[in-house]
Amino acid sequence: MRLPRGTGIHAGLLLAGLFVAAPFAWVVAAGFRTQISLLMGDAWFEPTLDAFREVLFSKTSGFVLNARNSLVVALASTALCLAAATLGAWSLHRMRWPRWVVHGFLAWALLFQMIPPITLAGGWFVMARAAGLDNTLLGLVLAHAALNLPLALWMMGVFVRDVPQELVEAARLDGATTPVLLRHVVLPLVAPGLAAAGVLCFVFSWNEFAAALTLTMKDTATVPVAIAKFAQDFEIRYVQMAASAALSAVPALLVLLLAQRWIVKGLTLGAVK
Amino acid sequence: MLVLGLLPVLNLVALGFFNVSWADGRSTWRFVGATHYAALAADPLFRASLCNTALFALGAVAGQMLLGFALAMLCSKAARGRVFWRALFILPVLIPGIVVGAMWKLLLNPDFGLVAQLLDGVGLPPVNWLGDASTALLSVVLVDIWHWTPFCFLLFLAGIEALPQDVYEAARVDGASAWQELRHVTLPLMWPTIAVTFVFRLVLAFKVFDEVYLLTGGGPGTATEVVSFTIYQRFFTEDRAGYGAAMSVAVMFLVALMLVVAVGARRRAAAA
Repeated sequence: MRLPRGTGIHAGLLLAGLFVAAPFAWVVAAGFRTQISLLMGDAWFEPTLDAFREVLFSKTSGFVLNARNSLVVALASTALCLAAATLGAWSLHRMRWPRWVVHGFLAWALLFQMIPPITLAGGWFVMARAAGLDNTLLGLVLAHAALNLPLALWMMGVFVRDVPQELVEAARLDGATTPVLLRHVVLPLVAPGLAAAGVLCFVFSWNEFAAALTLTMKDTATVPVAIAKFAQDFEIRYVQMAASAALSAVPALLVLLLAQRWIVKGLTLGAVK
Repeated sequence: MLVLGLLPVLNLVALGFFNVSWADGRSTWRFVGATHYAALAADPLFRASLCNTALFALGAVAGQMLLGFALAMLCSKAARGRVFWRALFILPVLIPGIVVGAMWKLLLNPDFGLVAQLLDGVGLPPVNWLGDASTALLSVVLVDIWHWTPFCFLLFLAGIEALPQDVYEAARVDGASAWQELRHVTLPLMWPTIAVTFVFRLVLAFKVFDEVYLLTGGGPGTATEVVSFTIYQRFFTEDRAGYGAAMSVAVMFLVALMLVVAVGARRRAAAA
């Protein structure tokens, strides 16, 4: 008997899907267990919300604070990054800089992207200290903006170059000053780019660990830092760790559901160039 | 105009400061001459961690590229549900590296983790994946494959979907088998995408830190000590910033060198 066409393909996809989904499912399920049931390794367990409740509401857990820190840092650094990247891209691609300046900047941005963030963290720590910004969210916002700027600059460059020159000239003839031109002509045209770059910057900032680890302390820690602490306590609280891991993946899920288009666009654009 | 031209430049200069000040830190060390670099060349730990990083990067990236390509092929051939599969496969990339580490630390736990349970189910003895020097690096590589295959998948899928359809029709008219189609049509056309993805991933793999930090902390012994982690330790646990900085520069130089070689190879391939 011949199987219908495509059976193999779907079987393969299903298998791969299982590999992706099963670890998630298991960890989320672990978050609904009690420590004892997890350690016993029983297949069957009575689901309980205890771990989630403790992570979210207990006085000793700083998860809500961490999440708030993460959110503030991610939003602020994304905004900063987009503003700088858009203006920077416009300047680089549309204001007759000598070629070597443009290429120098872009190449340098690429190089910067390759440096392991941890190598920069040391320098940032010293600087933040000197500027009184250590253990503040502002310090981390600046660091994250700097980390994501190269990517955003490259992406916005692609979109800025696509703005038709005729439109720009027409606006100039109508007497538009540069700010007006940027605001009313360029901005609407590069909006898709802003969305794609913004989503990526947000996710990367939310996920970033190395800089967050070195630049924050207890009350400014972001979610990844908090989770790392969980995993390193002497007496590991496995179920709480599972619950907070599950919770911290929520933004990723939301982004995936709401902004998949931009994610795909951003990631592929970044690499095709 | 001046303001707009200046603002991003200032920003980039400010950004440059991060590097400069850190280079400043290094320049003070220059008084000790090149001793840091000399020590670096002789440092067995640094050599081990470079070696580990290279092993890790090559293993992980090779796995990711192969799996990513296979998945992209499957997904592009699927008649239905493409959007759903794509969404599912992207998910791991969006999760914080540290969370991936935390998840797999639980999953790989020899006492109660899912992997141990599955092994037990087929009658195999539990393996202390992360605690045993012989499996620790392999485990980290596998976790990284899980984490980053979607990235390769996504780029390959975009590449495959952008391929012109008429070549395939021509190949089919000529009676090409599926394998010949892959070998003589898809692969050559995909070559640029594959090369770019490879370089991208290799550079990113050299930056690996989060997962290793949480999964093994470089151990047991130095089995999973990667360069990011070595640098981190010099800077923050041993307070030897100068030495750490020298290490960073060396790694940066190596990565840049890799990139130059890759770009050069690509140019030559394009010219040929």
